[in-house]
Amino acid sequence: MTATPAPGAPLSAPLVVEFPFTRSLGPVQSAFLTGLRERTVLGVRTDAGTVLVPPVEYDPETAGELRDLVRVAPAGTVTTWAWNPAPTSGQPLPTPFAWVLVRLDGADSALLHALDAPGPDAVRTGMRVRIRWAGRRSGAITDIACFEPCRDAPGEDWPRPHSGRFDDPVTGFVAPARLEYTYAPGRAQSAYLHALAERRTVGERCPSCRKVYVPPRGACPTCGVATAEQVEVGPRGTVTTFCIVNIKAKNAAIEVPYVYAHIALDGADLALHGRIGGIPYDRVRMGLRVEPVWTDDGRYPDHYRPTGEPDADYDTYKELL
Amino acid sequence: MTPQAPPRRDVAIVAFAQTRCRRRTDELSEVEMLMPVLHEVLRRTGLKTGDIGFTCSGSSDYLAGRAFSFTMALDGVGAWPPISESHVEMDGAWALYEAWVRLLTGEADTALVYAYGKSSPGALRKVLTRQLDPYYLAPLWPDSVALAALQAQTLIDAGRADEAALAAVAARSRTAAADNPRAQLTAPTLDGGYVVAPLRTADCPPIGDGAAAVVLAAGDRARRLCPRPAWIRGMDHRTEAHSPGVRDLTDSPSTRQAAERAGAFDRPVDTAELHAPFTSQEIVLRTALGLDDRVAVNPSGGALAANPMMAAGLIRLGEAAARIGRGASDRALAHATSGPCLQQNLVAVLEGDPEGDPGE
Repeated sequence: MTATPAPGAPLSAPLVVEFPFTRSLGPVQSAFLTGLRERTVLGVRTDAGTVLVPPVEYDPETAGELRDLVRVAPAGTVTTWAWNPAPTSGQPLPTPFAWVLVRLDGADSALLHALDAPGPDAVRTGMRVRIRWAGRRSGAITDIACFEPCRDAPGEDWPRPHSGRFDDPVTGFVAPARLEYTYAPGRAQSAYLHALAERRTVGERCPSCRKVYVPPRGACPTCGVATAEQVEVGPRGTVTTFCIVNIKAKNAAIEVPYVYAHIALDGADLALHGRIGGIPYDRVRMGLRVEPVWTDDGRYPDHYRPTGEPDADYDTYKELL
Repeated sequence: MTPQAPPRRDVAIVAFAQTRCRRRTDELSEVEMLMPVLHEVLRRTGLKTGDIGFTCSGSSDYLAGRAFSFTMALDGVGAWPPISESHVEMDGAWALYEAWVRLLTGEADTALVYAYGKSSPGALRKVLTRQLDPYYLAPLWPDSVALAALQAQTLIDAGRADEAALAAVAARSRTAAADNPRAQLTAPTLDGGYVVAPLRTADCPPIGDGAAAVVLAAGDRARRLCPRPAWIRGMDHRTEAHSPGVRDLTDSPSTRQAAERAGAFDRPVDTAELHAPFTSQEIVLRTALGLDDRVAVNPSGGALAANPMMAAGLIRLGEAAARIGRGASDRALAHATSGPCLQQNLVAVLEGDPEGDPGE
């Protein structure tokens, strides 16, 4: 969260969502992408006899399985275009370029890619272009670096038969995706985090059912109304239920076994969860009274430890289980 | 094509509410943004959450980068005791479709439909690339404006539009939005530079955060909840191939087919709320639907005035219903779209009872 936010101001923080999608390929996609690696462009013939490039596994009109591969030319004709003056990361070229749909000679459909051209005045629908191959190719649509203008006349002898068979075919690929956000948790959670920075736990009370939610999310999930009245709870609380963790999580510094518990802070009507320390794992029990333990730089309690008070009576927390 | 059999129950939109669409809503979580419109449609109908037979929502976690955000949004509904609920990772118009079908089956008499989208936390144009074919399209990161621009150029090449015609669509939409207190842009904007040529800033929708909610009710229940319900006479949605390179981008056969099956061509409509985020797409849709100058197109300003992702399509249905409710329309077409270059389209036909006729 922001280092020194104004008191009560909505918080925000950078959030990066990054994931590598592992994609497996069907036989037609595999042949097409392996072909690109080998500088060969394949299409597939539909039930109606048209040639689709890029090829698909199933007929867009009949849903029939398609397997009849053909080879098309590495050059073709622009069917539409759009000038991109400000490329962003991940796009095929770092300098301004034209997005193009290109119908390769021998194909009946068009392929989306980038056209490297000096400016929009050098681009028009109907112009001839050819593939510029990437230097390093792995079996991906990006094996086509981009298209470039050319003067080749349309080839007459396309499409040509092709078996679709290659040595060492590509059967899948990993597609990285990275999206950057500025996350804003909103009013209720900002207020909660502001208080937590002062080592206070502040929940919000539902005006209808009077329950106090910790952490607050701005709405009572039972009544569907906004919560606004802030209520400081804790710092002490009661273990309502717990589990013993026996498998060490990757990169976790805590030794197993340890106890992870639901803790109802005094005054809260919803249990939050935290680790229990300062007591042997096999002596933690329902009703155990605990208090938070903060580390010097902690933004939230590191764990909870026993207070030494007598255990809470079951009736005092049974509604919070 | 045979029009579908008439629904065996009459179902209507009886309430609609939307937030004002704003560029940023940093002070609100998604549920905090959504709750006021949920409360507004319930207040107008006098219904409580427990009275609602079915609840359905539309949203996408990718927009704000927040996993399972729709479960958090349910906090604003008050889903206890447990409610009958569903969610689509699509525009709320498709949630409304699911709710409509549920009411037609007779399993419920009322439905709450809502949608919300917070685009401000992310880079929307990049985020939307993640809905594309992961094999041939997504690795190139072609953004939403680029794909719409490819479509716009096909119209220009076909002689169906020029940049002046596109600018006129933008100006008309935003002028109309002057009367819409919920719109984000309420006056014509400067043409601006090219975002992706041939589309200029003015040809593109504003990016904003917003939410909308609708209540549906069947038969007499609808008549009791609303002075002039907007009866759903038909609704259908159709999709085309995903790849833009296999389609004729100057046309929208899926819109035409959905409209035909919804009964839109049986009699003329007086109003059309079209979900056309880009100026060029309004031209494609007008032609596909055969709309002439006698039809009021996007009197709300449409998506060019406010385009909260996942809600803008539902808002088209809501705006059309509200216009019927005010007596400004008797028969309206509402359209919603999803996917690149108008890939998937939904059309609904809404009608009000004749004035002075309680509808029996």
